Amino acid sequence: MTKGYSNEPMLDIFIYETEQNLEQLEISILSSERKKKITNDAINEIFRVMHTIKGSAAMMMFDNIASLAHAIEDLFFYIREEKPKGLDPVDIYDLVLTGIDVFKSEIEMLKQGREPEADHGELIESIHAYLSVIKGEGAPPASIETAVAPPASDHYYLTPIQTEPVDGCTAYEALLYFDEDCSMENVRAFAIVHSLKDIASQCCHYPENLIDDSTSAEIIREQGFVIQIHTEMAYKELFDYFAASSYVRAVDLKEMALCGNGEEPGAVARTADAGTVEDATPASDDSRSSHQSIISVDVAKLDRLMELMGEMVIAEAMVTQNPEVAGLEIDSFQKSARQLQKITVELQDVAMSIRMVPLSTTFHKMHRIVRDMTKKLDKEAELVLVGETTEVDKNIIEHISDPLMHLVRNAVDHGIERPEERLRNGKDGRGRVTLEAENVGGDVLIVIRDDGRGLNRDEIYKKALKQKLISPDAELTDREVMNLVFAPGFSTNEAVTEFSGRGVGMDVVVKNLEAVGGTISIESTPGQGTATIMKIPLTLAIIDGMNIRVGEAIYTLPTISIKETFRANVSSIVVDPSGNELIQVRGDWFSILRLHEKFDVEPDSRNLEDGIVIMVEQDEKYICLFADELLGQQQVVVKPLPLYIRQFKNIASLTGCTLLGDGSMSLILNVIGLIGSDGRIRRDES
Amino acid sequence: MTMEQVTAIDSSERTLQGRYLTFYMDEELYGMDIQHIIEIIGVQPITVVPEMPEYIRGITNLRGKIIPVMDARLRFRLEERDYDDRTCIIVLETGDVSMGMIVDAVSEVLELYSDDVDPPPEIGGGVADYIQGVGRSGDGVIMLLDCDLLLREGGDG
Repeated sequence: MTKGYSNEPMLDIFIYETEQNLEQLEISILSSERKKKITNDAINEIFRVMHTIKGSAAMMMFDNIASLAHAIEDLFFYIREEKPKGLDPVDIYDLVLTGIDVFKSEIEMLKQGREPEADHGELIESIHAYLSVIKGEGAPPASIETAVAPPASDHYYLTPIQTEPVDGCTAYEALLYFDEDCSMENVRAFAIVHSLKDIASQCCHYPENLIDDSTSAEIIREQGFVIQIHTEMAYKELFDYFAASSYVRAVDLKEMALCGNGEEPGAVARTADAGTVEDATPASDDSRSSHQSIISVDVAKLDRLMELMGEMVIAEAMVTQNPEVAGLEIDSFQKSARQLQKITVELQDVAMSIRMVPLSTTFHKMHRIVRDMTKKLDKEAELVLVGETTEVDKNIIEHISDPLMHLVRNAVDHGIERPEERLRNGKDGRGRVTLEAENVGGDVLIVIRDDGRGLNRDEIYKKALKQKLISPDAELTDREVMNLVFAPGFSTNEAVTEFSGRGVGMDVVVKNLEAVGGTISIESTPGQGTATIMKIPLTLAIIDGMNIRVGEAIYTLPTISIKETFRANVSSIVVDPSGNELIQVRGDWFSILRLHEKFDVEPDSRNLEDGIVIMVEQDEKYICLFADELLGQQQVVVKPLPLYIRQFKNIASLTGCTLLGDGSMSLILNVIGLIGSDGRIRRDES
Repeated sequence: MTMEQVTAIDSSERTLQGRYLTFYMDEELYGMDIQHIIEIIGVQPITVVPEMPEYIRGITNLRGKIIPVMDARLRFRLEERDYDDRTCIIVLETGDVSMGMIVDAVSEVLELYSDDVDPPPEIGGGVADYIQGVGRSGDGVIMLLDCDLLLREGGDG
């Protein structure tokens, strides 16, 4: 392979795999850290991941990444083999997490198309230093090299098999010979080993070091390439698999006797260095075998699919609601049209579900934040996740991970008190931050709850006054005061800490959420904690809409926000002194918003009894809309208003527009915008 | 320097300023650089968007793409006129912004050389703010509109 990466797909795969590995590693490190000890599983996993990263980074010629991974691998090689006593898990984990951060930033660089950063000499040094410390002070640094250097490649060295064979798996040993003129045998072999990961639960091979060691190609050429694997595949299948691999000339496949109780199979016993076998959780094997049914797809393709799905929904409506066939009674057409409708809806559900991603990855990232912050701030807190399997659209996830991070930081920084203070107040010294997610209708609710000191209403009020966010004579409810924390420039923290207090956080949170049509609110009980509630739409692309007509104009309301529709009765309508019309429905009074006045169009009738009243609700606020007619329900594809119009003015009462079945357009109404635009129109409890 | 050489230099100095689509508004001829023009369509149904200035007629569906439509007469404070069968929507695009512009009628595509184009008049107001130059062709003049300015500026002109 030449310098640089002419091979873009390879780079993509490298980035993708390394990210996955790092993420998985971080999660398991954090979970074993909570148990306050280093488990053998964790050591093995770190070792395995570092080994993989080292190998693939070296293949991609990212030497710096490879050498850092190598250093960490060395460290864990020692820990695994020698099992030194009295290790401080925190130190080790800190070291590994720092390493992970470096890898992450390197990956980020690669994603942006830049070369990875130069040198991590310092970190590598500190890893080596740590290694020599745990080896005992007496050990001169020079001996590290010899102690951890990989065994010379002139004898068989196989990675010790870490798990017992899983039920149904058979152990095989294969001897592969490559075509004589294929050259770069080591790379071919590496490719085969790489592809085996998907089908084999365990895999070891000789020569062990395929990429770093240039002599490996020669060894393979002369002696063949030895692979030992555990797999569920049958002999024949596996044989064909090897035979079909590119450049393979001859295959010699042997079934090996299964070993019990962690003894190495006979063939493997050749390895002098093979360590004792540790029990790994079967779960890790499950996760590996499930890989083969998952493929990664370019997001751009999914976006395109969604776009086409949108066109499809419109086209379907154009056919089935075609004015030419509307009045006709054709049984066969109706039947086929219904079939088309059904399939379109199903197809749409599937297309949407492809884009749906569980929140768990985003949520799990917060473990790290809580851990780092509690350490730095000298607090104790645990993060509890509830409903992390809730799925939301991928686009939305991207928009909420930053807000979530801010809110979790806030919860730990502002919310959770120091252990002494907590104990004094009769609480558990260990704080608790809960992340909850649940589906509520067309929205996802994400709640960040802490059991800390809560918000101080008076302090917020004073602060807001000082920062001139409110006028002194404004009368505000507790809830309104609490929600002042979302105002731009607001910060209650006196001192700006590393984590929060600059007063930009909440502002950014609100902006990010607004970008995906979400809302945020906060509830707090002093001394007992705070809950921040984010309400986010499940998806932005397609909604169930009700088309309504006002004069010649057609508008679409999200069906989910319509509470009821009815014909008004003059006797239930009053006009208040300022000219607002109110209507009484079952004892409650609601404001009426005449859409023809709001949008300045000529209605069929201005008489409230002639048209229809639609009661809509959003965030427990209600308003009654007056329109001429309901046209019917339809799935609509939300399209944003043209850029020119958005740049001109942000129209609060509109979400966007959509194409109707006959090719004409309707404007999609934003219920919250309609309610908000008319001042305080709320459910009146009188 | 011989005469031939002089003419050769002359013709090379007559650099092409651009190709312009010309159209009529209120009996006057206007031009717009053809590189901004996507297509010309007839008048089609337009959906009114509230809270927009009067000259933004609304939005229309151009084969699945939704574009705003502006009435050039109202934009340049000319008298409003009913649309007829010569009325056209010129679809413009600069950068990410697309826009349909309603004009009385389109005329032709003209090639103008740099020495055919004079700087815009000093007087401002109305259409004059959006003129990037005045082109001469035959015995008529063409007011060349600045498409970028027209689409960028949402103000009241």
